[in-house]
Amino acid sequence: MADAGRSPLLEIVEGNRSQLLESWVAHQLGSGSGQMRESEIREQSSRFLEEFRSALRSGAGGDAEGPSWQRVKEVLAEVSRTRTAEGFTPSQTAMFVFSIKEPLFRMLRAAVPDGAQLAEEIWKTTVLLDRLGLYTTELYQKTREEVIRRQQLELLELSTPVVELWDGILALPIIGTLDSERTQTVMENLLQRIVDAGAEIAIIDITGVPTVDTLVAQHLIKTISAARLMGADCIISGIRPQIAQTIVHLGLQLDVVSKATMADAFALALKRTGQRIGRSGPAQA
Amino acid sequence: MRVEKDELVPCRTADDIVRVRKEVRARTVALGFTLVDQTKLVTAASEIARNTVEHGGGGIVRLQVVNDGVRNGLRLVFEDRGPGIRDIALAMSDRYSTGTGLGLGLSGAKRLSQDFSIDSKPGEGTTVVLGRWK
Ligand SMILES: Nc1ncnc2c1ncn2[C@@H]1O[C@H](COP(=O)(O)OP(=O)(O)OP(=O)(O)O)[C@@H](O)[C@H]1O
Ligand SMILES: [Mg+2]
Repeated sequence: MADAGRSPLLEIVEGNRSQLLESWVAHQLGSGSGQMRESEIREQSSRFLEEFRSALRSGAGGDAEGPSWQRVKEVLAEVSRTRTAEGFTPSQTAMFVFSIKEPLFRMLRAAVPDGAQLAEEIWKTTVLLDRLGLYTTELYQKTREEVIRRQQLELLELSTPVVELWDGILALPIIGTLDSERTQTVMENLLQRIVDAGAEIAIIDITGVPTVDTLVAQHLIKTISAARLMGADCIISGIRPQIAQTIVHLGLQLDVVSKATMADAFALALKRTGQRIGRSGPAQA
Repeated sequence: MRVEKDELVPCRTADDIVRVRKEVRARTVALGFTLVDQTKLVTAASEIARNTVEHGGGGIVRLQVVNDGVRNGLRLVFEDRGPGIRDIALAMSDRYSTGTGLGLGLSGAKRLSQDFSIDSKPGEGTTVVLGRWK
């Protein structure tokens, strides 16, 4: 009896689209989507239905796999992103898809009089919607993993050991990108170390910083002037030739003494603090 | 000018800026740019990517390998649909910033690139094109 032509599901999504949309939106508003604006729910639901209809019409398989489902998944990705950002749990996000079942099945029951065929249709539709619902959960996990991976990467990206080279002389080799949000905190910690050590001179070595752009420069400038206020002078070392050129082209004025290498910077720091390292007298026997 | 390769990379978040720098670096290396030229284009890209994210509300960047019959080059097209820039000449001037930046990003990126163009309409968005040749 199952007719090889248009499926009842497509008939409904195609022919009764606005009615389906209305009951679906009403259903969502009535259950736990309280934090979201109706207009937003309506907009997302309508876009989902539009792409869902196109996928069904192009004869896409009921397994939610393959290119015909791509656009539907894009809508779900967007839904997942906005809901995750608004603090929804993964199951609340998946409910977006699951909640269409109630109104949809009600309409299927009205449209398919034959019991066996109805059971078949409902089964197929359930499997399909479950897959799409699970897809939002997978996305959620991916986003979480991405965030965690990013956090780990960031720790690697920005490691800043503070080394006391000599009395009153600190070295801060900076390794990694300097434009993440954490940079501010890291720089503040560095300043704290300067205070704790009562340092007179801090050598900031940027050999390990791959790109110096305006934001990186701004962080450096802020750190240098804050250090100055706390009585410590900074020397920048490790400015490689290519970085020196880009700094000039950007028009950055670092307004600080710089030396090519950490060793040169250290020699200058010793001189400034009136210390020197030389061979001591004859070794004691 | 022939576009030999055209790739699209999102430019919406701070992570994307890091990624854009990586992608630009990899392509300049593949094209055989000198270390100085690599660094110049990566730095310029970093500035414009950050503007796209921070001022333009996010957008995309196209990474295009181009050939003018003699040389290969890399062209970067940054596009956003943000608020746009009312006075481009003013935005391009050194030390002008509507935010808390140094105001050197746009003018610096221009100095760091061989080709530079900017197109922006208030309410419609901004497109910035950077180019460097081998
Ligand atoms: N994509 C954009 N969309 C809208 N406005 C922009 C865009 N790019 C730049 N602007 C405007 O131009 C101004 C100058 O940009 P520029 O990059 O030179 O400085 P900045 O971003 O403020 O500071 P920084 O020196 O850290 O880059 C910005 O403050 C902003 O008002
Ligand atoms: Mg900028």
